[in-house]
Amino acid sequence: MTPIPAFSRRFLLAGAVALTALGTAPSLSAQEAQTGGTLVVASVQKPRHLNAAVQSGIATGVPAAQIFATLLRYGEDFEPQPYLAESWEFSDDSKVLTLTLRSGATFHDGQPITAEDVVWSLGVVKENHPFSSMLEPVEAFEAPDPQTVVIRMKQPHPAILLVLSSALTPILPKHVFDDGQDIKSNPKNNLPVGSGPFKVTAFEPGQHIILERHDGFFLEGRPYLDRIVIRQYQDANSGVLALESGEAQLFPLLDSTRLIRRLEKSGAMTVTDQGYAGIGPVNWLAFNTKSPALSDVRVRQAVAHAIDRDFVTKALHSGLSKPAVEPVVQGSPFYTEEVERYDFDLDKAKALLAEAGFGEGGETLKLRIDYIPDNEEQQRAIAEYVKAALAKAGVEVTVRASPDFPTWAQRVASYDFDMTMDQVFNWGDPVIGVNRTYLCSNIREGIIWSNTQQYCNEDVDKLLNEAGVEPDLARRKELYAQAFKQITTDIPIHFINEVPYHTVWSQAVQNPPVSIWGAMGPMDEVWLKQ
Amino acid sequence: MYRRILRQLLYAAALILAVLVLNFLLIQLAPGDPAEVIAGEMGGASAEVMAAIRQQYGLDKPLPTQLALYLGRALQGDLGMSYFYNRPVVDLILSRLGPTLLLVATALGFAMILGTRLGMLASRNPRGIASALVTVLSLVGYSAPVFWTGLMLVILFGATIPLFPIAGMIDVVKQGGPLVRALDIAHHLVLPALTLGLVYLAQYSRLTRASMLEVLGADYIRTARAKGVGERQVFGRHAFRNALLPVVTVAGMQFGAIISGAVLVETVFSWPGLGTLAFQSILARDYPTVLGILFFSTLIVIIANLLTDFVSRLLDPRLAGGR
Repeated sequence: MTPIPAFSRRFLLAGAVALTALGTAPSLSAQEAQTGGTLVVASVQKPRHLNAAVQSGIATGVPAAQIFATLLRYGEDFEPQPYLAESWEFSDDSKVLTLTLRSGATFHDGQPITAEDVVWSLGVVKENHPFSSMLEPVEAFEAPDPQTVVIRMKQPHPAILLVLSSALTPILPKHVFDDGQDIKSNPKNNLPVGSGPFKVTAFEPGQHIILERHDGFFLEGRPYLDRIVIRQYQDANSGVLALESGEAQLFPLLDSTRLIRRLEKSGAMTVTDQGYAGIGPVNWLAFNTKSPALSDVRVRQAVAHAIDRDFVTKALHSGLSKPAVEPVVQGSPFYTEEVERYDFDLDKAKALLAEAGFGEGGETLKLRIDYIPDNEEQQRAIAEYVKAALAKAGVEVTVRASPDFPTWAQRVASYDFDMTMDQVFNWGDPVIGVNRTYLCSNIREGIIWSNTQQYCNEDVDKLLNEAGVEPDLARRKELYAQAFKQITTDIPIHFINEVPYHTVWSQAVQNPPVSIWGAMGPMDEVWLKQ
Repeated sequence: MYRRILRQLLYAAALILAVLVLNFLLIQLAPGDPAEVIAGEMGGASAEVMAAIRQQYGLDKPLPTQLALYLGRALQGDLGMSYFYNRPVVDLILSRLGPTLLLVATALGFAMILGTRLGMLASRNPRGIASALVTVLSLVGYSAPVFWTGLMLVILFGATIPLFPIAGMIDVVKQGGPLVRALDIAHHLVLPALTLGLVYLAQYSRLTRASMLEVLGADYIRTARAKGVGERQVFGRHAFRNALLPVVTVAGMQFGAIISGAVLVETVFSWPGLGTLAFQSILARDYPTVLGILFFSTLIVIIANLLTDFVSRLLDPRLAGGR
């Protein structure tokens, strides 16, 4: 056993504050929670399997947050709360994180959850999870005793607390999964034995996932629900119909503003856009900075100035989406006002184009725009609008459709595009979901959602990397603000809007999932009013 | 007779092999590969993860090697693992085959029984109102696209008058014995079967009507009437049985078409059959599953054709007596 260095008082305090926060659980109303009942959740996502340790994404994340506990959890702000770990402390140099586990916690098969399981699970995530930056700075996971987990990092890694939450680092039973098979294709991923509030009893791909209450869950009296059924619908329309007919009671991750408005008007449902600060979904126009015309920053700036974000958010999305102006969403702790916004200014657009030698007197600029198929409002409609808007600045734009997602992904990942509409998630911390779009080292051909813009500015790299290892939050914010300012000046991406994800629920549903992870957080507090 | 059956089976085997090879090559033409889809599902993935996925499924090997490996395994009855769902393709398909067969059989049966009846009714008085109604109905039914009919039924019976469930095959929340389950499935089956059946209902009623009119003009009908056989007998026995032959032939030939029609209907109604699986698998570039489904549908069509042959022989003894 290695000696544990002294802890800083500041971080001890953070743990204590979080502990009290759980005592007054978020948004738990004065009403006494009722137990029992089945909650049917409408979903249009199709998970491959349910093991979130080796599969990221919303589709697996929603059920996995119910099946697996994580060390920490989050409420409606970016303050960590105890979950499987009841307290945690950083060392003075912020390179060692020590967590104390709750005693008496058990897996769905009744075996105790020990530090060894946690260490093994974190190792699996580090080895296999698609977001390799999450645990990249970690040198060792240690279990000095069954209730203590020590995480040693080669440099401070402030994102680690967020990484230890929700769907990102599920705690798996080592005695079940450590069976010599490749964990990524282990058949047990289909019906995994978990550690969370609900155990999975059925998973029919494309149809439904049935989750039953885990009676031995480590939080006293939770979960309130007997069952959660996640029903998969072909599209948002049929999901909403199911909600209206009473077949389903909760519909998270709905992004069709037409349907959201319809539900709002009907009055029988509650609609909120809360619960998406963690995912941080941004809808943007990406430039191929190596394509001949767009390699000129003035041309990219001109395109940006010709686009009216208000038209998109107000007219196309009937006021339900927020404008986006930088890499992170407004709900992120790193959101800053100090960026280049590129507000709508047609004259400026024309002037910039003229400077670059296009427009009146020069040649006509011709560009092509791609978009992710099967998303009318967020992608195709905006691509069409960009075409119309740029025509006013004298730019000829052709809209190229892709028959399906893989076709689009291949075009973009092999740099066969001028500009494309795209949708990328923040995933809570810039280290996880933001850096990948801008780092020079992440220009990797063939990889979708890498730096497919082929943008490279070493100053930005330096700032982002420094911010990633800065333990002081205020200083970290400052570094990101500088990075975002530079990125928006160089404009490899023109940010358009935040994806208007909404959660809708019927009147019976109480304490709906509105933490920063939304439905990707545990629904142990949700209950149904009878 | 046995040589004939043997020859037919040989043809069938060659056909299946050709289908396997052709489909394998065709699907490679679609841009993008499973690794990209899986990465998309994951919200992005590193180069190492992408490479690992490609290696795991043998996508890094040259195409001829992949084809040879696939055929080798397929001939041993192993259709491989689904790239997307991470389970054996055979399991996935078998779990979806039942719902598709149930849907197709119900739709076809309903279309066949009601369609031939309507056609017969219309042929009784070819210039009457009933005939005109059947003609109009079948024209509308035939020309309306399946997905449109489906969506209209969804709006009518799902939203306006919520009589029938509009998605899925079972209500997972409902609990009960086998009878409750059977009734629940039947309840869910109504709209998709109706949607799929309407097109064929239209075709069969038109076909029966035309065929009946032709048969009714034949000499042996006049003979039957002349010797005093009752009109019911003439219609039901002499004419209808003969008029049914072309309908059966067409129905058999259409079995392949009705399965492809099922893809649309299943998609509209989220019916958990082969159609939705095929649709999702193509979008996911899940090659083994798509190939497996095509393989199974080929089998079904071949079996349906053999059955049609058999039924035609039952209906028309002349065909059986030939050799």
